[in-house]
Amino acid sequence: MSGIFTKSMARNIFYGGTVFFFLLFLALTFDTTKALPKLDNSANLTPKVIAGKKIWETRNCIGCHTLLGEGAYFAPELGNVYKRRGPEFIKAWIQAQPTGAPGRRQMPQFHLTDEELDNLVEFLKYSSEINSANWPPNIEG
Amino acid sequence: MQYKSQAVAKPYFIAAIGLFVGQILFGLIMGLQYVVGDFLFPEIPFNIARMVHTNLLIVWLLFGFMGAAYYMIPEETETELFSPKLALALFWIFLIAGALTIVGYLALPYATLAKLTGNDLLETMGREFLEQPLITKVGIVIVALGFLFNITMTMLKGRKTSISLVLLVGLWGLAIFFLFSFYNPHNLVKDKFYWWWVVHLWVEGVWELILGALLAFVLIKVTGVDREVIEKWLYVIITLALVTGIIGTGHHYYWIGTPQYWQWWGSIFSALEPLPFFAMTVFAFNMVNRRRREHPNKAAVLWALGTGVMAFLGAGVWGFLHTLAPVNYYTHGSQITAAHGHMAFYGAYVMVVLTIISYAMPILRGRAANPEKAQVLEMWSFWLMTIAMVFITLFLTAAGILQVWLQRVSDTPMSFMATQDQISLFFWMREWAGVVFLVGLVIYLLSFFVKGDSRAANA
Repeated sequence: MSGIFTKSMARNIFYGGTVFFFLLFLALTFDTTKALPKLDNSANLTPKVIAGKKIWETRNCIGCHTLLGEGAYFAPELGNVYKRRGPEFIKAWIQAQPTGAPGRRQMPQFHLTDEELDNLVEFLKYSSEINSANWPPNIEG
Repeated sequence: MQYKSQAVAKPYFIAAIGLFVGQILFGLIMGLQYVVGDFLFPEIPFNIARMVHTNLLIVWLLFGFMGAAYYMIPEETETELFSPKLALALFWIFLIAGALTIVGYLALPYATLAKLTGNDLLETMGREFLEQPLITKVGIVIVALGFLFNITMTMLKGRKTSISLVLLVGLWGLAIFFLFSFYNPHNLVKDKFYWWWVVHLWVEGVWELILGALLAFVLIKVTGVDREVIEKWLYVIITLALVTGIIGTGHHYYWIGTPQYWQWWGSIFSALEPLPFFAMTVFAFNMVNRRRREHPNKAAVLWALGTGVMAFLGAGVWGFLHTLAPVNYYTHGSQITAAHGHMAFYGAYVMVVLTIISYAMPILRGRAANPEKAQVLEMWSFWLMTIAMVFITLFLTAAGILQVWLQRVSDTPMSFMATQDQISLFFWMREWAGVVFLVGLVIYLLSFFVKGDSRAANA
């Protein structure tokens, strides 16, 4: 780089650029926050869903599964599992774990009560109704 | 060593390397669980192994960053650390808290750990990479504040260089954005939105400032190129990083319930995110070519050049590969993501920490550079680990392409598990590449114990 472009110019561009783009990011965040209620299915954020989210978190489901594509890639996507499998299958499946099939990936047994299972399913139903811009491409997740 | 207090960096570097070994061992366990699903089940389920693998990575990189700061700041500011005692006390607090957290993960069911550690008071657990119990998170904040206090006070009483300023801004940013880990709204979309303020604004934001500062410091030392030139480059690189990276956060906001305009913002800005990494590669090679001295530590020069190249490949190229919204629609949350994550973390952050360790550790042990034999071994470990990581990435990419094809593009999509069976060959090959990585890591460890003629101290 030539002598015309000095270190202090580079430094000023850094501070100016960072501040500008961070403010732009905040503006977009503000706009997103305003737009969210139409997209995020928060109208259906019932106490059961909230309790279900806590089950989801305290069993570290994200350590194997993805939810709206985020998480670990060891086990199926669960953002749309409510639509793929339905509530009864989900509950029966969780209760039947681990399968113990030799060599197959195993899911732990979490000993959830019926109420906890219902809440978790409510959370997965709520998640499946978030407007995810048509993702995933098909029902398999 | 120019300043006595730089010595506090040594335990930080040793701890970093120790935890790195743990991280790789758990990585191998997980890699095997991908193909032998019931391996170590139910003793170490996959989710636990993954938590240990990723959390150890974060913690050892933080140890590396802190060690780097304690080493660099006295030399940059030309004054002793404000409080070496505080630095040592925080070292033990962080190490013990980290170790207890890992023991908690392994010894207790996660739900029990959550209950015992106050998750009911403030629910922050069970989110990817932020799985730490509340008390650990609070501990991290306390350690970070103590550390920043120490570094800031040192800077205030000494010379203020651009490198130390950039490092400090990066480290403050790291601490500030970590605070979003305490914000976990019930609304899943908002939860995810602000989760990225920790994760993305760390690794594609403020951490790049730390990366740039570490690399610039080592390049000044090993090449003898004028500070003015190097610091100008540093500002250009971090400008590119933040100008592209901040709005680039949008590439995580395509499919999580956020407005669709993020597909434009995210695609355009994150498509530019390879630029700072490209500049970094050009920078590293340029400075080494223009070197005014032959530093005896060849291994450190190799690590510095490797950081530039691998960060560009892993973070830049492999990031670009799946960052455009129409592509990401198919690749989101697939093995492509895993491929990118591995090479980006290794190329950018693992390698820069190993660069500063390679440069500083011999000096901390009283010599300008390690004996020839030790350096040869270290350079072998560089090539083994780096090539192994390239293959891990290539195999995961192949697995990812097939996965996307079979599960998402095909007219008759397969289920997730059926797809995983189809691509297991690539998971096996990834595991073997992981074994080679471990061999490289063992050689790296051995390189610290090789004796021989070493040149005089006081570099």
